[in-house]
Order: sequence, then structure tokens, then C-alpha cells
Amino acid sequence: MSYSDNTHGDTHHGDHDDHGPAPGLMRWVTTTNHKDIGTLYLWFSLLMFFIGGAMALIIRAELGAPGIQFVDPMFFNSMTTMHAIVMIFGVVMPAFVGLANWMIPMMIGAPDMALPRLNNWSFWIMPFAFTIMLSTLFMDSGGPAGGWTLYPPLVLQMGDSFAYVIFAIHFMGISSVMGSINIVATIFNMRPPGMTLMHMPMFVWTWLITAFLLVATIPVFAGAVTMLLTDRFFDTSFFSAAGGGDPVMFQHIFWFFGHPEVYILILPAFGIVSSIIPTFARKPLFGYDSMVYATASIAFLSFIVWAHHMFTTGMPLAAELFFMFSTMMISVPTGVKVFNWVSTMWRGSMSFETPMLFAIGFVIMFTIGGLSGLMLAITPADIQYHDTYFVVAHFHYVLVPGAIYSLMAATYYWIPKWTGNMYDETLGKWHFWISTIFVNVLFFPMHFVGLAGMPRRIPDYSLQFADWNFVATIGAFGFGFSQLLFVYIIVKCVKGGEKATGEVWEGARGLEWTVDSPAPYHTFETAPVINESTLTR
Amino acid sequence: MRSDVSRWMLLAVFLLALPFGASADWGALNMPVGVTEISKEVYTLHMRIFYICCIIGALVFAVMIYSMFAHRKSKGAVAADFHESTAVEIVWTIVPLIILIAMSIPAAKVLVKMEDFSDSDMTIGVTGYQWRWHYSYLDEGIEFYSQLDREHNAARQQGAEVDLEQFGEIYLREVDNPLVVPVGKKIRFLHTAADVIHSWWVPDLSVKKDAIPGFINENWAKIEEPGTYRGKCAELCGRDHGFMPIVVIALEQADYDEWVLDQQNKVAAATIDADRAWEHQELVATGEAVYQSNCMSCHQKEGQGIPGMFPAIGGSHIATGDIDTHIETVLNGVTETAMTGFSGKLSDSELAAVITYQRNAFGNETGDTLQPAALKTFRQGQQQTLLTQPQLVTDTGVN
Repeated sequence: MSYSDNTHGDTHHGDHDDHGPAPGLMRWVTTTNHKDIGTLYLWFSLLMFFIGGAMALIIRAELGAPGIQFVDPMFFNSMTTMHAIVMIFGVVMPAFVGLANWMIPMMIGAPDMALPRLNNWSFWIMPFAFTIMLSTLFMDSGGPAGGWTLYPPLVLQMGDSFAYVIFAIHFMGISSVMGSINIVATIFNMRPPGMTLMHMPMFVWTWLITAFLLVATIPVFAGAVTMLLTDRFFDTSFFSAAGGGDPVMFQHIFWFFGHPEVYILILPAFGIVSSIIPTFARKPLFGYDSMVYATASIAFLSFIVWAHHMFTTGMPLAAELFFMFSTMMISVPTGVKVFNWVSTMWRGSMSFETPMLFAIGFVIMFTIGGLSGLMLAITPADIQYHDTYFVVAHFHYVLVPGAIYSLMAATYYWIPKWTGNMYDETLGKWHFWISTIFVNVLFFPMHFVGLAGMPRRIPDYSLQFADWNFVATIGAFGFGFSQLLFVYIIVKCVKGGEKATGEVWEGARGLEWTVDSPAPYHTFETAPVINESTLTR
Repeated sequence: MRSDVSRWMLLAVFLLALPFGASADWGALNMPVGVTEISKEVYTLHMRIFYICCIIGALVFAVMIYSMFAHRKSKGAVAADFHESTAVEIVWTIVPLIILIAMSIPAAKVLVKMEDFSDSDMTIGVTGYQWRWHYSYLDEGIEFYSQLDREHNAARQQGAEVDLEQFGEIYLREVDNPLVVPVGKKIRFLHTAADVIHSWWVPDLSVKKDAIPGFINENWAKIEEPGTYRGKCAELCGRDHGFMPIVVIALEQADYDEWVLDQQNKVAAATIDADRAWEHQELVATGEAVYQSNCMSCHQKEGQGIPGMFPAIGGSHIATGDIDTHIETVLNGVTETAMTGFSGKLSDSELAAVITYQRNAFGNETGDTLQPAALKTFRQGQQQTLLTQPQLVTDTGVN
């Protein structure tokens, strides 16, 4: 439907397609333009990044020294829980959706997303969902404090504000599912002739697979939290042994969603890095086909590894063996991706502008996180690692210098296309180096305290952990405050700067670089001609 | 085009790394080897996979770093045009697969051994509560609660002016009643929980198993060396999750037998203690200590509670009104709140003492004295009408 609408629009506006957006605030409320909605998503996730980051700083301030200095343990638990919810559902996911909105239509040569009104709605749900979620912190019974994994029976001890938490989660889920359906519909229906599936840029491929993961798993999560809601308020016993239920069943359902969710947070990052490294190595992506197959393999495996989060729950031996082997398998396609990126760099003609620095930082530090993930797959050892700071170090390495770095790389890479201005290269480099130093000061010591026996989610600890926790706290404040530089660079770039050319980067390939910078409000109203020079491979 | 920024920041990374390397405590960096056969095998697996990861990481990073220096545009490098090779892709799929298979075989062997619960010499029930552990020696008829040591508990309160250095490495890892076990015996643990999920973790024994309400999980350890081994609850279990440590003392068999006898005598003495008449002041003094270890973390030091979360005891209608309601509340807790029942967790003497204390402290001036014997009668009467679980404290095999 929408596709034919757009085609119709093309013929109608054919000779005045440079008309801009409606003026004023209503532009942003009523917009159905993929670029506007992408911008909204990106600003929203940047705001949430600082809210979630402030929570992380409260956690790290309390953990800076042994003893309870600043917050009640209950509030501390709220902070760890809310930090995770905000960072996962409010920062990384919406930021990737924002990039998908901005870039996917321009990368495949489509005039807009396939379902523009749905697109508007899926964004505008988010601010309301998070207002509700964050408002629970100011309610009498407090914010959620049972961990983002919401394990019953603990989470059912929460007061009446629990209903708001579940309601907000449903909203976020609806937003994600609608966004994903839109992305799938766009990629399948809006490609011009010549843009075959195996010619799509890697970012489009990884998002296509991510969208399928979301559509498959978010409803599972929605079911699980609805069962929590009825257990809490309507006397059902899905997860209570006293009524014939099983608390561990929740964990199985949750992680059947939760593990694919982990890949939802990293697959688009793979796509971003696969776009940036070839540009600055001035050499095509090595092993495009194997990259596609590796991404699909990771997505498939993500559905059969969930119980590796549950090795201490007392599963039968056969299940433990199965989940150990399937989890170890994931490192094969992930390894293929890393090897392909390194081969893309090999014998290239590299330059190191800020996006490339962040992309290389991603590959190195994501690999560190991936290797500690391989350690965690070894079940007997995992029983020691489980629920310690070693796990905290692992998933922060893949999420912060992993997913977040890819978002920063993407911002620097595409912001000249979005604004028409070059960002400040010197400041960008400073941002990279300061962030990279502090992010390692922050997360690397967590490996040590975790191995030495410090559990996660505790507000106070024994004195042998004091030194490294202090180091981590220094890293946290350094990393947190250096992100203000990121905001400054973005604002400066939006306001002005050296004018960017259409191509922006010397080695850039792909349709998005064939339009002007800033990209006109409407692009590709007529399907572009696809040939060697406009394809990324 | 290596900019000045990059050069200076590389130097800064190096300089920053120096003091951390020189000054930090290198003792607490790695997993303990532990004191059981399993823990030693787990440590070996951990180190083996760690070294494999280091080698893979070093190779990948070496290639990347070489490439970043050799293949840069500023040095006049011209991009090659190769971009696929099926042979190479197959090699770097197969080689990691072989490494993984080689690693998974020993891991599976250890896992099979860990999951073999047969032929145990003794069984201990471990039940998690918010926020203490209950140990029950099924064959010896000994059972008791184990919670954070009182001095540590006072030191960890917000605003406590206590020097933590005095506790050192055992800060928050000391309990009032440690679990005492013999060395050289295969001890089977049965884990469950009364309220939410907890997880019983002692790193030196390489045991970590979730305690799940309504289900029983098995686990085992055979300790090789006498000593004190400390651990913590590993599964988030609410406000005081960080404050429910585990202490296991492993003794030689003869010392252990002596300890068992000693415990059984104490249980007998406590039964007698509950039946005698107590002085009012004695109850208040005992009650204060009981309050500080069991009630204070929520109801606060001065009985003022935390508004909106935990009700105050000073001036409350429960602690100043009908004493039966007060006893009822302390024994059975209040459903759908954080207030758990203390029946079975505290002895009759402790219960009577803490109720007497609450009714005569924080400005409550009821002047009531609740005798342990009266409380015992109340509790037994209630249990008969409610047909609840058998008594936990007084029924233990004294003889």
C-alpha cells in the first residue's frame, strides 16, 4: 500500500521535490518522514544515555569505597535495575532504530520507510513509556529493584508501582515490534531494481536479521511479564511453587527472549562497523557472503543457547551439556566476523578519522568481551563466574566499547550527511582517546574482582576488593563526563562547520553518499539506477 | 595521517597504566584454586581457556596492529583489491571448531563429575531466607540460622562511624553461626529457599547453586583441607542481598564429632532456658541484641522505620496495643510485605525478649513483660489450630 502511495507521490511532486518540512513544533509531532523520525530516535536515546549514565554514576559512587556512603541498599538495587532497563531499552535499541530510519531507505534507494504513520507512532510511544517507567522512582513503593531480569518471586515483592513497570515494558515492546515490522517491510518491498538481497549494504542485512529476532522474541517477553502481572495482582501462580507454578520457568521464558535480545543489541553494531572499516581502509569488505551467513548463524544460535544464563538453577546434566556446546558454537561465526574485519584492513590504505578509531576500538574491545564470553561458556567454570563482577565486565565490554562505540562511530560517520557540516575532527579524536582510556579503567578491573569472588548487584564489599573498585569508579566518572564532549561536538556540528561534500569520505561507497549533504528532506523519490559504482560490494 | 592527538593519547595510556600496575593489590586477581578436587579441576579449566583466549587475542590484535602501522595511507599504502576467499573462510571456521571441541571434552568430563551426587557420606539442608541461611544436619538433628555478624552489621549501616580496616578481608564475610563440616567426607547439600531465590556460593569449594522456593536442588563438596572458607549469596534477593554471607569451617573428624556433641547439648539447654521465669530487665537487654541483628536493618536503630517502606515501631499501634496482635505479627509476618515471620527463626526466649523490648523502647511505655514460657504456649496453641509445620527448634533430637 504505502509503496504505491509513495510512487504516486513521486509523480505528483516530481519537479518540486525539494520542499521542506512543516515549520514549528508540530513538524516533529506529526512527521512521517524517515529522516525526522530517525533524528527524534537519536536525540531521545542521547537523552536517555545521560539518564542511564547518571544512574551508573550513583552505583559507582556508592561502590567507590567499602561501607554504605550515599544510598540505601534498596535504592541501590533500583539503580542497578533501572540503569539496565534504560541503557538497553532506552539507549541502544532506540539508537539503532534511529540509525535504521535514517540510513536504511537511503542505503537501499527507497523514498521512505514502508509504513510511515506506523513509524511515527512507534517513536512517540517511547517518551511516554519511559516517563511512566522513570516515574516509578518517585512513587511510594519505589522503582523496580529486582534486577532488569525481573526474576520472581523477588520482583513480586514490589509495591503497586510494579503495575506501571509492566505497563511501560509493554509499551516499549509494542514500539519495538512495530519498528521491526516496518524495517522488514521496507527492506523486502522498497528496494529498486538491481538492489538484490545479496547486494544490500551489511548494515541493512544485520538490521533485517535483527528485526526478525525482535518480532520473534518481544511477544515472548510480553507474555512473561503479563504472567508476572497476573501473579502479582490477580492471584495466579505461574511462577509460584505454592500454587503449582515454577519460578525457574520464568527464567527459561525470559532468557528465550533475553538471549536473542543480547544479539539485537550487537548485530546492528556489526553492520555499522562493516560499513565503516571498508570506507577508511579504501578496500571492499572482505567476505561479504560469509558475513551474511555468519550473522544469520548467530541469529539462529541465539535461540538455542538461552539456558547458559541459568547453569546454577539445577538443570539436568544433559541440558547443561547441550547449552554448553551450543554456546561455544557461537564463537565460530563471531570469530569469522572478526577475522573478516581484520582481513578488510589488511593491505588496505587506511586513514584514522574518528569513525575509524571508534570502529577499530569496537573490534578490539568487542573481541575482549567475546573472549571472556567464550570463558563463560565453559559450564564448570561458569558456575564460579556466574553472578560475579566477571560477568559484569564481560557484558559491559560487549555493550559499552561494543554497542555504544558502534553508535558513536555511526554518529561521526554519518553526521556530515545528516547536517551537511563536518564535525570537529580534533575534538572527535580527543573524545575517542579519553573515552577509550576511561572505559578500560572502568571495566577491566571488574574481571579481577569478579574472579576473586565479588558478587554482582551488591552495594558494599570486603576490603580486598576496595582498590580495584576505586579504580573502576575513577574510570566511570572519567568516562561519564567525557561524554559531555560528545554532546558538545554534536551540537557544534549541527550549528555549523566546514561544509561536507556529498561523498563526505574519500573511500565511501553506497547510495547514501550519492545524495547531497545534508541529505534533502526527500531522497530517491525516483528509484536510483543501481550499478557497480553505487553498490557497497 | 597520525595526528598529534593520537600520539599524545597513546603516551597517556602508557603512563596511566604504570601506577595501576605498580600500586594495586595483585593478590586478589584470580579465581581461588580451592580445596576440593572439583575446585582444582575447575581452576585448571579456567586457566586453560584463559590462555587459549589470550593466544587468540594476541594473534588477532598483532595482525591488526601490524596492519594499522604498515597499511596506512599516510605511508603511501595503496589498497589491494582482494575481498573474498572461500578457502580462507573455511580455514577460520574449521580451526576454531577444532579448538572448541578440544576444550569441550575436558569441560564435559568435569561437569559430569560435578553432577554426580551419589554415595554421599552426610546431608545438610541449606535454606535461604531474606537475609540469612538456615542449616539443617539431617542425620545429626542439629539446625540453626546463620547470618551476618552483629559488629559487621552495625558497621555497614549508612552513616556508621566505624573503621572498616579492623575487619579487613572478612568484612561482610563473617557470620554468627558458621556451618561446621568434617574434611574428607562427601557432603551432599540440599538447597531450597523460603521466600525468594538465593544462591549458595563458596568459591573455595567451587559450589554455587540456586536455592529456589518450592524446589530442592542438590550439590556436593568433599573438602580436602581443614580451614575456614567464606562465600556469599550470589543471586539478587532484595535489599540486604549483599549482607548474607556464608562461612564454612572444615574440621578434622574428631574435632567435628566434638562440635556435634556440643551443639546437641546447647539445644537441650535452650529448651530449659525457655521454661524458666525471666527478669524484665534481662528480657529487655536480650531483646535489644535480638532487635539489632534481626529488626534494625528495616525498622532502623531508633525504631523509626523508613517512611513509605518500613513502618516505625516507636508509637506503633501494634507495639503499644493488644499484645496478642504483636506476637502474631512477629511470629507470622505480614503477607505481601517485607515483614517475614520469625517463628522458627528465633528461639522462644529470643522472641519473648524482642517483643518485650519493642514494647518498652523507642518511647513505647507499656511496661509489659512477655515470658518465654507464655510465648511458647501461645505459639504451640497457634500451631495446633493452624496445623502448620512441626516445631523447628524444640523438636530437634536432643536425646
